[in-house]
Amino acid sequence: MSMQLEESPTTGDEVITNYTINFGPQHPAAHGVLRMVMELDGEIIERIDPHVGLLHRGTEKLIENKTYLQALPYFDRLDYCSPLAQEYSYVLAIEKLLNVEVPERAQYLRVLFAELTRICNHMLNIGAHVMDVGAMTPNLWVFELREDCMNFFERASGARMHAAWFRPGGVHQDVPEKLLVDIGEWLDTRLPELFGDAMSLVLDNRIFKQRNVDIAVVSKDDAVAWGFSGPMIRAAGIPWDLRKSQPYDVYERMEFDIPVGTNSDCYDRFVVRVKEVYESAKIIKQCLRDMPSGPIASDDRKVAPPKRAEMKQSMEALIHHFKLYTEGFHVPAGEVYVATESPKGEFGVYLVSDGSNKPYRCKIRPTAFSHLQAMDFMSRGHMLPDATAILGAIDVVFGECDR
Amino acid sequence: MATLHSAPRFTQIEGLKNTLSQALGDHLVEAHEEHGELLLHVKRDSIEDVLRLLRDDHAYQQLMEIAGADYPSRAERFEIVYMLLSLTTNSRIIVKCRASEDTPVPTATTLWPNAGWLEREVFDMYGVLFAGNTDLRRILTDYGFEGHPFRKDFPLTGYTELRYSEDLKRVVYEPVELAQDLRQFDFLSPWEGADYVLPGDEKADMPPIDDPKVTEKPSDTGAGVKTDKHAAEKVSAAAPAEKDGGEAIDPPEPTEDRPARAKRKGKTSKTAKATEPKGKGK
Repeated sequence: MSMQLEESPTTGDEVITNYTINFGPQHPAAHGVLRMVMELDGEIIERIDPHVGLLHRGTEKLIENKTYLQALPYFDRLDYCSPLAQEYSYVLAIEKLLNVEVPERAQYLRVLFAELTRICNHMLNIGAHVMDVGAMTPNLWVFELREDCMNFFERASGARMHAAWFRPGGVHQDVPEKLLVDIGEWLDTRLPELFGDAMSLVLDNRIFKQRNVDIAVVSKDDAVAWGFSGPMIRAAGIPWDLRKSQPYDVYERMEFDIPVGTNSDCYDRFVVRVKEVYESAKIIKQCLRDMPSGPIASDDRKVAPPKRAEMKQSMEALIHHFKLYTEGFHVPAGEVYVATESPKGEFGVYLVSDGSNKPYRCKIRPTAFSHLQAMDFMSRGHMLPDATAILGAIDVVFGECDR
Repeated sequence: MATLHSAPRFTQIEGLKNTLSQALGDHLVEAHEEHGELLLHVKRDSIEDVLRLLRDDHAYQQLMEIAGADYPSRAERFEIVYMLLSLTTNSRIIVKCRASEDTPVPTATTLWPNAGWLEREVFDMYGVLFAGNTDLRRILTDYGFEGHPFRKDFPLTGYTELRYSEDLKRVVYEPVELAQDLRQFDFLSPWEGADYVLPGDEKADMPPIDDPKVTEKPSDTGAGVKTDKHAAEKVSAAAPAEKDGGEAIDPPEPTEDRPARAKRKGKTSKTAKATEPKGKGK
């Protein structure tokens, strides 16, 4: 009997070995298809090896086999939470190679909808983040707002998510006047009310703070070295925003602030995003106020198609339309790297043209790649449940990460 | 050329090309500015030194991206392209070097921790090796994947496809079978841009025939008694006549003479009769 007692496990003399678990690929907090091989010491994370690529679709290879215009919708399908922000980098890269001028109204429209996309994206991320750490209600509320954004996209482009609305040389169609009025009204009433209500439940919430404050603190130097961008680098206290420092379209005319964090933890990242929603609303209001009337796409018929009505009258217009939608346009040889401030960070497109109608190489710089790579270094020494908070604060979407 | 586009406007530093060219010295192969971007082509073996120099002495603090590109016609077919960003001078440059399948590129993981995954991706997609990267595993492709899919000679459809097998109760890998050809349309204009032979154009380059066939004399045509004799031999049997199986069908009568339809009995809402099979009615 005494022999048996000695063999049974007791505390103190037991050596606990590390064990390895799989987080995902089917896990609601993995924000898609992420598999993380975690080495745990009890409940403390010793090492994380994220396995990405489960959603790899070879987008870049597919783009090489399409004309420039046909490749555009692939960008919606990368980060499917902020579709228009992805198109933005791509159309700007093409425009840079073509050196084509974009009419002012189109520039305003693009800025307006890029910011609306930012709100839409942050609604999803903010909602998912609070849900990851245990709160249910705010997610349901902000999803209402996300739905409103989707309706606006639909009214502008005909598609709720995969808009394909930004085009080289401008945008695809003009928006109805009523839509702009409705967006303005929504910004004044529904957004601040509903979003304010939702955030009042979260921002000062004791449980939410316990789960996020001082989790995954990253120093300024580390944030720079790991290639952070977007809210991740701003939370570290570096006021770096491509919309300010490297403005594109009419961003330099916009007045807005860059929210920065002080502590560089998950809570700061969350608050930076919350503040960014209000800044985006400010930008949209300025767009609505200042937007001139006029054409919404370049009048260079070798890039942007003619109006439908024009095609009924003009043979020239008909030929241009036919050539643009079959052969597409030829882009001068060269290579550019164009990066814009997507809601998740720096979204870049490295576009190599050989002078033909198809991109020779189109490398997409996903925001998530650098951030997720730092997952291991950010999570070390934290508890297992903190991994979901860290992941939520990274704002990772696998359509974009895996391409 | 005046800048018309509205792409991101980062700071264009005066004389940056000369400054960096001098700083890089022998490491540099070639530097040029194009579309507002500064591209530095450097020697492969010194890429790590170049990047360190740019990071430490020229304030390019961030490595945003490493892109691979494949140019199969070149002796060293791969290009490894590093996008650097300076947060302090607000400037971007592109640094690149060339490599082949068996010439490893010095790793940048010693300089930036995030170079690890970026190099893994280039390795996965192009098969470029990075000397010094201690964790050069595949990253985006499937576990156990073979080949490097972004090479230009890798087919767009790939080699294997997978499906869930109901018999084996697991996912099985099979060679790709396309139900129809991959639709690769060629929209290049035949008037410009087409760098291949258009159908029929191959005849244009044929050498002229020494002894062209003419029919100036009757004997040139091959016609005559001799041909007539053999003519019957080559005539194949006539196609069998269509069998006449039945009476001739009369053409439809002119509509004017056709009797009007009988007036409907009962209410129009009663459709039961109309749907009943014919001949079965009372």
